[in-house]
Amino acid sequence: MTGEIVVPVVGLSALLPALVVVGAGGLVLLLDLLPPRASKAHLGTVALAGLVAALLVTVSRWGTDDRAFRDMVLLDNYALFFDVVICYAAALVVMLSMDYVGREGGESGEYYALVLFSTTGMLLLASAGDLIVVFLALELMSLSLYVLAGFFKTRLVSGEASMKYFLLGAFASSFLLYGIAMLYGATGSTNLDRIAGSPAARDGDPLYLVGLALLLVGFGFKISTVPFHMWAPDVYEGAPTSVTALIATGSKAAAFAALIRVLVVALRGLQPDWTALLWSLAVVTMTLGNLAALAQSNLKRMLAYSSIAHVGYMLVGLVAGGASGAGAVLFYLLAYTFTTIGAFGVLALCQRAGEEAVEVSEYAGLARRNPVLAATLALFLLSLIGIPPLAGFVAKFYLFGAAVRGGHVWLAVIAVLNSAVAAYYYLRVLVYMYMREPEAGGAGYVPSFAGGLALAIALIGVVALGVMPAPFADLAQGAVTPLLR
Amino acid sequence: MLTGSPTLALVVLGLPAASFLALALLRPLRRAGRLAGGVSITAIGAAFGAACLLWLRATSRAPLTSPSTSWAWIPADGEPMATVGVMVDELSMTMAVLVTLVSFLVQLYSLAYLVDEPAPSLGRYYAYHSLFAFSMLGLVLAPSFVQMFVFWELVGLCSYLLIGFWYDRPAAARAAAKAFWITKLGDLGFVAGIVMLWASAGTFDFWTLFGQAAGGTLPTEGLATIMFLIYLGAVGKSAQFPLHIWLPDAMEGPTPVSALIHAATMVTAGVFMVTRAFPLFGLVPDVLVLVAWVGAFTALLAASMACVESDIKRVLAYSTVSQLGYMMAAAGAGAPGEAFAHLVTHGVFKALLFLGAGVVIHLFHTNDVFRMGGLTGLPAVWVPFVLATLALAGIWPLPGFFTKEAILAGVLEGGFVGPFVLLAAGAFLTAFYMFRVVFLAFFAPAHGGHHGHHHVPTLMAAVCWTLAGLTVALGLRTALVGEHHPAPAWLPWLSLALALGGVGLAWSMYRRGVPDPAVVAAALRPLEWMARRRYGLDGLFAAAYRWGLLALASLVGWVDRYVVDGVLNVLSAWTLQGGDRLRRLQTGLAQDYVYGVALGALCLLVLARWAWS
Repeated sequence: MTGEIVVPVVGLSALLPALVVVGAGGLVLLLDLLPPRASKAHLGTVALAGLVAALLVTVSRWGTDDRAFRDMVLLDNYALFFDVVICYAAALVVMLSMDYVGREGGESGEYYALVLFSTTGMLLLASAGDLIVVFLALELMSLSLYVLAGFFKTRLVSGEASMKYFLLGAFASSFLLYGIAMLYGATGSTNLDRIAGSPAARDGDPLYLVGLALLLVGFGFKISTVPFHMWAPDVYEGAPTSVTALIATGSKAAAFAALIRVLVVALRGLQPDWTALLWSLAVVTMTLGNLAALAQSNLKRMLAYSSIAHVGYMLVGLVAGGASGAGAVLFYLLAYTFTTIGAFGVLALCQRAGEEAVEVSEYAGLARRNPVLAATLALFLLSLIGIPPLAGFVAKFYLFGAAVRGGHVWLAVIAVLNSAVAAYYYLRVLVYMYMREPEAGGAGYVPSFAGGLALAIALIGVVALGVMPAPFADLAQGAVTPLLR
Repeated sequence: MLTGSPTLALVVLGLPAASFLALALLRPLRRAGRLAGGVSITAIGAAFGAACLLWLRATSRAPLTSPSTSWAWIPADGEPMATVGVMVDELSMTMAVLVTLVSFLVQLYSLAYLVDEPAPSLGRYYAYHSLFAFSMLGLVLAPSFVQMFVFWELVGLCSYLLIGFWYDRPAAARAAAKAFWITKLGDLGFVAGIVMLWASAGTFDFWTLFGQAAGGTLPTEGLATIMFLIYLGAVGKSAQFPLHIWLPDAMEGPTPVSALIHAATMVTAGVFMVTRAFPLFGLVPDVLVLVAWVGAFTALLAASMACVESDIKRVLAYSTVSQLGYMMAAAGAGAPGEAFAHLVTHGVFKALLFLGAGVVIHLFHTNDVFRMGGLTGLPAVWVPFVLATLALAGIWPLPGFFTKEAILAGVLEGGFVGPFVLLAAGAFLTAFYMFRVVFLAFFAPAHGGHHGHHHVPTLMAAVCWTLAGLTVALGLRTALVGEHHPAPAWLPWLSLALALGGVGLAWSMYRRGVPDPAVVAAALRPLEWMARRRYGLDGLFAAAYRWGLLALASLVGWVDRYVVDGVLNVLSAWTLQGGDRLRRLQTGLAQDYVYGVALGALCLLVLARWAWS
């Protein structure tokens, strides 16, 4: 045999951000074996350095359009935008974790490695140009998160959260896989572009439609739309707060990245159908999320329902369609990530009698004990309500404006009314912080340099996005243009 | 058509903003108390100067040039979706002068009034005041609905903070929340209206909208609904029936705050908005009819409640509600200029009434008019208050007489006979309830109960006298050189007769005891019983809130927590004895949630199938 093995030329440049992060993860695992054994805080610094490096790589590649593995991985502006959001979220989570995880008794090298591995999954999800990659990346991200959710091994709630997340996640993955199979059956391909170009897409094959519905179930679970949201409050409440922040921002952004790409590229022929489906999902999700949040007294649970409601708003942008709708969703995700990490970050830095402070009543009078921290949380909550000139207002403005322009005036009105209802439960926290007498032994700030820095960065982001949204909005618009070509 | 320098307008806007930022960010300054007050007062005083300068240096402009200057804020392809800027015309310049003047005087007065307040809390008070002035100025200078809405919400937030300033008093905290939520109810309509207006007209900008309205290019389809929704915002802020119920409770804030909220800021925002957007309201006569009737009804209803109130600040609060009703009625009848004129004069003398009441409360340490009295020998206290009362009652030649008569003339001219009758009856009651307060609080025989420190701080007296001088000057100016609204010759006489009749009745009832107030109350028992209970509206709202929204929220929360979680908890209770926790999580939890997901998937499939066919 004279045949030689043909080594395919693989351009790895399209994988660069993910490679940097996974490399950092491996490094963390290796360093974990070396002394010192007592403290693992330096591993957090290594992880942070890896994420910052990935962020720099991402920024430096803005404007390029890399492809690898026969279009299975795409590194276009769209992916790069999400890479920035994801790396940024992961970096802040690492900073918040440095003191928090050690304090709560769970610090170890694996923690940071797992955060980096799940981040890798998120980055790949944003770059996925093929349904197989979507599935693999989703599993890489989720499996790491399942473990992270149960990282406080001695706490029952943490184990419960992990278990619930894992079981339901696996269940939802099967829907996703089934949907992928249906699409493959209908079109003979798993590549997003080729699915869009197949004859079945033009003929409206029922298999195609069933595939869409099943995919929506799978994605609906990951981004927690009603009625696939039931895991979210329990998992958010039980998981370590830093992990909750990652689940609520990074994993949600990544799942949205893949969802938008799949819908807008592969399933663009079915736009009327998925618009109708998402319309009802959006209304149900934001309404139920907000109403359920009204009744919560646990802050983590309240923020969980509020994040469900925010997903509902983002679906409004998808329904609106077009460049303005998709751009609005991207901008919203950016604003939401800044704000939500900040809100969970404040919770991670508050303690009461050696325990995490998560009840609203524990925050009574926080403004007297620690005015800076109270004002920080207040700004994040005001941004979540959508009070100008903070990020949340501009983001909502874009979304609802896109809906109006897309002809969905009623959807916009429902969304606006919803955000007015939402103001109530956020303001209740403010009332507790500013207008109630401090309880003896209420929540107090645990000093943390890295954590404080993370909050400061998030706060600057929230204000900058609100005051001068123009450059960020341009980025978001520039990111969605390659999709809509 | 006048316009002013946008740069100067930005200075007016920027000064209180800078003061707020300084007080908010510099903790030592804020905790210094009186020094913080000094910073805030200097800033607002300078802003008042700038506003006056803006007014004096106003230049006339060609009728078709825009008085707005704006900068892009939220960009979008094509033209920006939202802009920020200033719209400098007669309306906004007048309001800027009024807002800065009243804010300045109120802040000055507060320095003496809140002398016992601890320093950090006084610093907080002035920080809120600066923010409040900034928000209100931003609202009046807004060139677009978006900016107006932004500042509209900020004004709401500030009033919430100031009404609840003494937040350790449960009543104050409750009143603050009530004010916030009731006005928020109206804001829902406002924001929905703006969104829908944008959907149909494609712009938020006032000047562009006015151009479209004048040129007939504004889509009229659905415009009535849109303007009705926008009007709802004004109903909440300007305390129109049935959302007026927050205003009397807002008296729980410090008295100078009440003066500010009732005179120049917050409650005037609604009337100002209707005046500002009048070219749009003018296109929908049906909505205007509603505005006029609701305004007139509010005017009379609030006046009737003021007649049975014994808390001096609440009487003034109801009188504000009532006067806002007059303004709205005038706007609804197609006379927004008259509404605005009354807004300005009312702003001056209502501020004086509240600050004067503050002096009396300072003397007696009570709000109850039946426990005051015996102040005949203290003209420094009663002269300014009585002057303002005469102005409110509408006695010639004080400004209230002219602007109220103009409103009555405007309403009559618009052909609104019904509202005219309501407003005329209201004018009689206004004079009656105000002089009831005057006779009881100032001229009744002294009750031994009061603590007798008959010293009025000079600063407080000086502020009151300044406002009194201004009231008289405004009235005399109108009497001598002001243009008179064309009105039937009998109208001024009717107006004056009603006012004097009200004063006379109050005099005879509360000075002579003829007829005896108790007998009158007994004769009008059902009406009095209703008025004292505020016609049951507060209870209605509380019940709707408690049983409606809260119940729904708890139901959803309960279902999510107990029906979903509870099933598992019951299951888990059984298996707990088995001790196998992990197994329990596995079976119990998964099943239930999995059913949920499966059900959702089924729904989606059915929906997809339905959408496909």
